[in-house]
Amino acid sequence: MTKYRVLAGPEGYLPPAAACEGIRLPDVGWALIEGRHVPEQEALSAIVDKLLSAKRPFFFPGPNLLWEWKEGVAEKASALRKLADTAGARVIPMPDYRPKYPMINPAIEINPNHPNLTIWHNKIDVCVLAGVHCHYANVALKIIRGGTDCYTIAICGEAGHEDANITLRNAGIPQIEALTAMVAERRRLC
Amino acid sequence: MSKPMLKMTTAFADVMPAEYVELVQNGPFGKGYGVADLGSFKELIEEHPLCAGCGLALAVRLIMASLPTPEDTVVVGSTGCSSLAFPQIALQNIHSLFGNQNAVASGLKRALKLRFPDKHKDVLVVAGDGATADIGLDMVMHSWFRGEKLATIMLDNEAYANTGGQESGMSPEGCVLNMAPTGKKFKKIALPEIARESGCAYVASVTPVQPRKLEKAVRRAILVAREVGPTYVQIFVPCPTNFKFKPQETLAKAKQKEKDQTYPLREFITPEAQAYLAALEGGGKHD
Repeated sequence: MTKYRVLAGPEGYLPPAAACEGIRLPDVGWALIEGRHVPEQEALSAIVDKLLSAKRPFFFPGPNLLWEWKEGVAEKASALRKLADTAGARVIPMPDYRPKYPMINPAIEINPNHPNLTIWHNKIDVCVLAGVHCHYANVALKIIRGGTDCYTIAICGEAGHEDANITLRNAGIPQIEALTAMVAERRRLC
Repeated sequence: MSKPMLKMTTAFADVMPAEYVELVQNGPFGKGYGVADLGSFKELIEEHPLCAGCGLALAVRLIMASLPTPEDTVVVGSTGCSSLAFPQIALQNIHSLFGNQNAVASGLKRALKLRFPDKHKDVLVVAGDGATADIGLDMVMHSWFRGEKLATIMLDNEAYANTGGQESGMSPEGCVLNMAPTGKKFKKIALPEIARESGCAYVASVTPVQPRKLEKAVRRAILVAREVGPTYVQIFVPCPTNFKFKPQETLAKAKQKEKDQTYPLREFITPEAQAYLAALEGGGKHD
């Protein structure tokens, strides 16, 4: 069992990939919190804590949710937007992966090749990635951990991401709606 | 990419950057625009980090405006000045290792054919003279020998321009560059002739001086590559930085070379490609 913990950075230039430090992806029905394997429900609760305690929470939807490229995408995008709005988070899109450096406007756009620019510019302390293709999500998460102190949450529809501080796997509309309900309930109680 | 991918989900449409909204609403996808329409639609490239007066930047702009179906086109590039521009282009593109572009494009074309057997997915190789005629010549020629249905475009600035100015196989004889101070000792490679003899069904050499001619060559190369076989277009793109002329003189330099036949414009079409193009162009349609 590895002692490495996937904590918020800045971890420095070229941080190790969490997988190289012994962190493995969660099994179905499980998730990762800072590299620890936990039941999905525990991770959902941790995500709600992080979103509601953040000063400047942001959602970064990727191309899989920004472009209506197949059936079901529009519904999932709507569910995620509802979650962002319920949590009082702002949304900055990642429309594609062109490394447009240095032309990117970090106030309105994020790019996986230099996500730190958008995070620094907007002083983001908690971010949620969703709908970003896995290979680019891995790149972005590692750069964020390396160069910023932003806490990263991956709502992943596939196998999850070791490099996120919290990652879900196989996350679809039910998990997103559950998060929305939990956020709304927590806000009601406050 | 395909046309359905160019529809935004309504949930996030309000936060999409204006550039993407414009591309969807007023871009060239599915519209059949050409160079004559430049200025009236959102172009695939609007910013680039290349030098002032770069002939290559102008050629890339014209190529992007000449694509028959940009939504079904993938560009494979290679190391060089053009690889600095391609990250800014709103089109699927792959940057390959220096010289590997035609090998990468061959695999991609075959994969796309398997994945989309009923659709034309155009694979367009756009690389410089170093990648095409020197470092990648074996990959380029073998893709022609194999009859891969690729359109290969060489952006010929006659030098290794972004590494300080070394001579390339496409530099003219006697050419003096920053890092070739004694002048080039052998002739420019006759790649159009090599392409013709290597199995290309369509070969052309053009310059950006005549945009409509360039457009016609690029379109023909792409269309012939869909059905007939490999194609090759060589575009002369003068480089003010390495050949030390003023940025505003770029087109004049190209025009001069056209005029004095030091960069002859040629077009070669096999009878099969000719018949195919006649059927397409006779109907006034490109796709």
